[in-house]
Amino acid sequence: MTVHFKQDKPDESNRLDDMRQGVIGKALPRVEGLAKVTGTATYAAEYSIDNCAEGVLVTSTITRGEVTSIDRDAALAMPGVIAVIDDPRLTTRAAQGTADEAPQQKPKTVCYWGQPIALVVAETFEQARDATKHLAIEYRVEEGAPLDPNTVEPEEQEDETVHQGDLAHAMSEATHSVDVTYTTRGHASAAMEPHAAIAQWDGDKLTVYASLQMLNYNISELADALDMEEGDIRLVSRFVGGGFGSKLGISEEAVAASIAAKELGRPVRVVMSRQQVFQCIMRRSETTQRLRLCTDANGTLTGFGHEALVSNLPGEEFAEPVLQSSHFLYGGENRELMLKVARIHRMTAGSVRAPGEAVGMPALEAAMDVLAEEVGIDPVELRLKNIPEKNPEEGLPFSSHKLAECLRQGAEAFGWDRGPRKPRQTREGEWWVGTGMASAARVHNVSEAKARVTLKPDGTALVETDMTDIGTGTYTILSQIAGEMLGLSPDRVLVDLGDTRHPRGPGSGGSWGAASIGSAVYVACQAIREELASRLDVEEAELDLSDGKAGSGESIVDLLDGKDLAREGYYEPGDIADDYTASGFGAFFAQVRVNRFTGEARVDRMLGAFGFGRVLNHKTARSQCLGGITWSIGVALTEALEFDPRDGHLVNPDLAEYHVPVHRDVPDLDVIMVEERDPAASPIQAKGIGELGMCGGAAAIANAIYNASGARVFDFPMTPDRVLAAMPD
Amino acid sequence: MRPFSYTRARTLTDASQTVSDDRAMAIAGGTNLLDLMKLQVETPSQLADINRVGFAEIEDTDDGGLSIGALATNTETAVHPRVRADYPVLSRAILAGATQQLRNKATNGGNLCQRTRCYYFTNIDQPCNKREPGSGCGAIDGIAKLHAILGTSDQCIATYPGDMAVALSALDAQVQIATSDGGSRTVPVRDFHCLPGDTPWRENVLEPGEIITAITLPAPVGGTQLYRKVRERSSYAFALVSVAAIVELEDGRFSRADLAFGGVAHKPWHDPRVADALIGKAPSPELFDRAADILLEDAQGFGENDFKIPLARRTLHAVLEQAVEEAS
Ligand SMILES: Cc1cc2nc3c(=O)[nH]c(=O)nc-3n(C[C@H](O)[C@H](O)[C@H](O)COP(=O)(O)OP(=O)(O)OC[C@H]3O[C@@H](n4cnc5c(N)ncnc54)[C@H](O)[C@@H]3O)c2cc1C
Ligand code: SF4
Repeated sequence: MTVHFKQDKPDESNRLDDMRQGVIGKALPRVEGLAKVTGTATYAAEYSIDNCAEGVLVTSTITRGEVTSIDRDAALAMPGVIAVIDDPRLTTRAAQGTADEAPQQKPKTVCYWGQPIALVVAETFEQARDATKHLAIEYRVEEGAPLDPNTVEPEEQEDETVHQGDLAHAMSEATHSVDVTYTTRGHASAAMEPHAAIAQWDGDKLTVYASLQMLNYNISELADALDMEEGDIRLVSRFVGGGFGSKLGISEEAVAASIAAKELGRPVRVVMSRQQVFQCIMRRSETTQRLRLCTDANGTLTGFGHEALVSNLPGEEFAEPVLQSSHFLYGGENRELMLKVARIHRMTAGSVRAPGEAVGMPALEAAMDVLAEEVGIDPVELRLKNIPEKNPEEGLPFSSHKLAECLRQGAEAFGWDRGPRKPRQTREGEWWVGTGMASAARVHNVSEAKARVTLKPDGTALVETDMTDIGTGTYTILSQIAGEMLGLSPDRVLVDLGDTRHPRGPGSGGSWGAASIGSAVYVACQAIREELASRLDVEEAELDLSDGKAGSGESIVDLLDGKDLAREGYYEPGDIADDYTASGFGAFFAQVRVNRFTGEARVDRMLGAFGFGRVLNHKTARSQCLGGITWSIGVALTEALEFDPRDGHLVNPDLAEYHVPVHRDVPDLDVIMVEERDPAASPIQAKGIGELGMCGGAAAIANAIYNASGARVFDFPMTPDRVLAAMPD
Repeated sequence: MRPFSYTRARTLTDASQTVSDDRAMAIAGGTNLLDLMKLQVETPSQLADINRVGFAEIEDTDDGGLSIGALATNTETAVHPRVRADYPVLSRAILAGATQQLRNKATNGGNLCQRTRCYYFTNIDQPCNKREPGSGCGAIDGIAKLHAILGTSDQCIATYPGDMAVALSALDAQVQIATSDGGSRTVPVRDFHCLPGDTPWRENVLEPGEIITAITLPAPVGGTQLYRKVRERSSYAFALVSVAAIVELEDGRFSRADLAFGGVAHKPWHDPRVADALIGKAPSPELFDRAADILLEDAQGFGENDFKIPLARRTLHAVLEQAVEEAS
């Protein structure tokens, strides 16, 4: 029985707070943690499947053109080599998140250097990999593919454009104004587990073990690519070794493995090399962002301008949504916002953790620091002053808004000095030391979701959905929600995820997982409670469940009469999204040191204070924040995709040369989670957490670099060469 | 990776014989070679595993110096009590390289022979004169942030990426080599690596069949010993610029200034004129600048790596300032 709940109005009842089990929000360790650290959690490539052949993708060595022929004789003559597959259904890019249809196919048409064009299958991985280098591939090259976003005429993303009032006029009239341009480099998700899939056919039925974030979309994307019915496909992704956006859409290896397995009549595994993951999945677009901000004499914004240039391949709809939070974070009646996308032939640009705010917020918040200096006001004060009452463009109220509290609590806990700020006030040996801060914001998203909850006569509960746990804690929080609602200790709740045989979840992405699937589980549990209440002949609201018993003493098991009690919860966001602006907010504070000789910048300590609605598990939520802040350090100081200027290939496609922060770059981090219940965000009053921790943090570091050393750097990441170039003598 | 045969050498002679064939290679820790084989940058038809041939000891030499086995690991070397006490610059340089896990596996011989980290060298679908003579240099008009500013040629602008050898160059250590005819020879570290010139594929002076057996350090040289590595993240990154320094002052004047530079050339860069400029003089920023002028007289950037020229100057300043402070 499916119970449908559509949220059309705020829910102030905070039902979870009335429950008796007392496990919601508790800092429980992840239920799958032991399996992961002991190596017994099976990842996609690790299923042991008889007679499995091994496939390796062949990638293009030109930027744009056609594959005119592939001479496979030499490769096929090599020991162990079974087939060279260039089926026109092979996909050449990963699908964008929530695409719901196959990405670009026709592998003979090349659109970027390193694009998959064929698959070699052999008995062993090594044989297949070697054989890929023995194919004689002929191309018809189309010269002159644009590679540099600054050299093409970009397309305006009109739905992002805002012209409100007259910004140019406001800028010229204002007491204080800044007009600054920032750049950010491309980023990679750089998840630990590479993309991998094993495909196996049973007649016309296909099972694919894959490493994916959104099975609910991936199944239709795969079905579309193969021209199949969804009902004939089963996708399994029980454990995902990090996704960060790179596994939102169906990717090339899963489609290739499926085609090869069918053609060869035996299972086929395809695992991408680290270099392939970097070169043919998704990049976050580089950006160029102009910020125009102006205020009256007191520092109240009168104008707000944010224009951004991003890039993508021709034909891709995704444009890094740089301005997402700029639309509502601060006031200013004269507004100009514009997003443009340049069509270039680097690999596909798509979602990488916190698409939009991950790079938009650092630029905005760095510009706010320039503005604070210009106005001569404390940067925390400047933000507090400019928090709008309601969305300054659409006029919508905020569902709940904790920016001011985060700024205040964060400043207090960090020991923020509100005295006058001047650069180069503290030196320790060779190091200039300083502080900086920034706001955090990330739009809140929810998505429809289904989950089945079954109360079992043995006193346990089972939660089933095709939702994935990408390392964030989904298994754990769902056991807490069901446990809380049904009066069971979470260890009596078995959560079964990542299998499309279960009801469709929302998928993990856009930070919407917990609030969406948590709400579906909540709805299902609520229906079970109603059934239990009627069996007990009481009102549901009076049902006190804990440790397997009702308040009146009856055991839940006795009420089941030896039978399962199952309900499917179907949660749908509803019209409420049109009535409110919902967002997570926060504040970052950082202390940074900058070497006066070498320009190296290192973070001494950093704190993030966040308000993101109800916290379902303090441990997993905090971990998300720690990870987000760590990514902020990467954005600020180290991470950059480097593309060859002549053919657009990624020159640093591995973890040695694409610099994610290492342990030594990440000091002790502090996280404050501000108490909040957002009644319009979801029926469980939770908002998205996963991405907020990196939305602005890089600016706190950039601002601290300036405060420490006097180097105002306008290009992220702030590597030693750039800091030195900006450092006064 | 190409198929290859593998033999475990029992003796040095075994190993030497095997690697006399120019399609064969020695493998020690494998941390560099295996990566390059997977990328098909290196395609040996045979590997001679030299891990069991001995030469893993670290022992005193007759003249009071220290002999470091080619097959001792980087970790064993860095933590060895005599290395730490008498050659701290070496210990520091090793610990500034790679990661603990890599250093546990990496050997001293392998470290000296590690290949460049040029992006175009490690991508076989790109031109590279070092990997494929005559194919062109991908880096010169490409992404050359990591590349050399000294001693480059129009054929190749790659750097030698390692740290350990930079300290060994400052220490004027000697490389002990077993030759293919069963003999041996000694080459100063300062002469071990080559400049690219017209033969960029040649990174060091080893001839086919030759195997490094040890590195010998002179009797302790004293002084203040520093290793400074400037990098984009605080660990697990190659040097943008590094400086190994052994500095001594007498009566407020430099009496020793053995300096070597990493990240700037196809070899650890040692320019005796730098020491000449410093010795006998009292430290001052102007003096450091003069030393830097001499060091960087012929420096040439390739756009992306232009910053290395001022960075080398500033790092030299930093190291000398610190050395003077610690020495007095
Ligand atoms: C991600 C990463 C980061 C790194 N960062 C740094 C760094 O920051 N600084 C740094 O200095 N190094 C760094 N390294 C390099 C590392 O130090 C070298 O890989 C290691 O020292 C090589 O030693 P090995 O024993 O593993 O050599 P192998 O990989 O076994 O061999 C390397 C080469 O040396 C030859 N060889 C080995 N032993 C001998 C011998 N006795 N005689 C003759 N030839 C021999 C082999 O034939 C081969 O050509 C890094 C490596 C990696 C993978
Ligand atoms: S710099 Fe040297 S190693 Fe790099 S591409 Fe050019 S020739 Fe090859």
